[in-house]
Amino acid sequence: MVQFTLPKNSKIRTGKTWPRPEGATNVRKFMIYRWTPDDGETPRVDTYFIDMDKCGPMVLDALIKIKNEIDPTLTFRRSCREGICGSCAMNIDGINTLACIYGLDEIKGDVKIYPLPHMPVVKDLIPDLTHFYAQHASIMPWLETKTSRPAKEWRQSIEDRAKLDGLYECVMCASCSTSCPSYWWNGDKYLGPAALLHAYRWIIDSRDEATGERLDDLEDPFKLYRCHTIMNCTKTCPKGLNPAKAIAEIKKMMVERVA
Amino acid sequence: MSYKTDYARVHGLGSAKSGTEHFIVQRLTAIALVPLVLAFLLPFAHALGAGHAATLAIYRNPVNAIIALATMIAVFQHVRLGVQVVIEDYVPAGRHRLRWLVANALVWRALMLAGIFAVLKIALGA
Repeated sequence: MVQFTLPKNSKIRTGKTWPRPEGATNVRKFMIYRWTPDDGETPRVDTYFIDMDKCGPMVLDALIKIKNEIDPTLTFRRSCREGICGSCAMNIDGINTLACIYGLDEIKGDVKIYPLPHMPVVKDLIPDLTHFYAQHASIMPWLETKTSRPAKEWRQSIEDRAKLDGLYECVMCASCSTSCPSYWWNGDKYLGPAALLHAYRWIIDSRDEATGERLDDLEDPFKLYRCHTIMNCTKTCPKGLNPAKAIAEIKKMMVERVA
Repeated sequence: MSYKTDYARVHGLGSAKSGTEHFIVQRLTAIALVPLVLAFLLPFAHALGAGHAATLAIYRNPVNAIIALATMIAVFQHVRLGVQVVIEDYVPAGRHRLRWLVANALVWRALMLAGIFAVLKIALGA
């Protein structure tokens, strides 16, 4: 459902301003969303100052520096620090992206960091992705076969394998789905770009034998057809993938079935 | 409070197994309306301010009448499907949304019928 104003308990207030580093000449201002379920307070935006001469080049470097040296209560997910685990997805400078591969030099002025939009917040920059993961699981993200298992492996030609390029790279960071207005408003039923990209990845896998069932499951005004080609997903994808195109390909196959 | 599992919540009532026809008809009517609207507006512009008798003569021409009818059908079908999507997007699910959807399904069809009747009355009228 559409909401034009934040609910009362989500209204953001100005938070604490932490002291500037002493003796630093190259200082940058970071404004970071904070919320904890423990104190019953509404969310706030804390202000931090970092000596950029003693900080790595990526947004995640700055967050880790803040956690290590200024405020150990700042909470965020991170793991691989090279864009392959998808943990550190957040809204940086108005864009959903991975903090570990987003350069601080790409941001003009102050650095504003919020959790992924329109998701329940667990704490600070950590969104609750339970529903998002369950939607991914619902599209059967595995090889479904009916033919008895071959002696060695399911074979695939080089051309058929190439069809998975641009799809298999998705790391499920949720940047795309949480950038999609249709997902914001009907995310309970609309599967969202990430789950649909994964659905397409299995639909066009030449080894998969459940293409029809997969299309059956997706043929729904909400699960699939809430996509209105807004393209935020493709614009924001930190891995440079194109979920909008994958969804369009699914829609083409739906038409192909009846034509 | 609900102890439904994530699986149950995501699968909900299951796939409606529909939506593709909606998708196709909306695009078909969109394509049809590009030439239709032009072909409809030309005689319509002539009729504007041309007086009663001249207007009747324009729409007694079978070509003009058929184009007007086709435009009427395509426009109202296209609008009904389009507004339906807007309602589904913006109105929270529940009884309220259902009321809007019912109104949407009826109003545009009524307007389409009125338009068709008007054109037929002129085209076939004595």
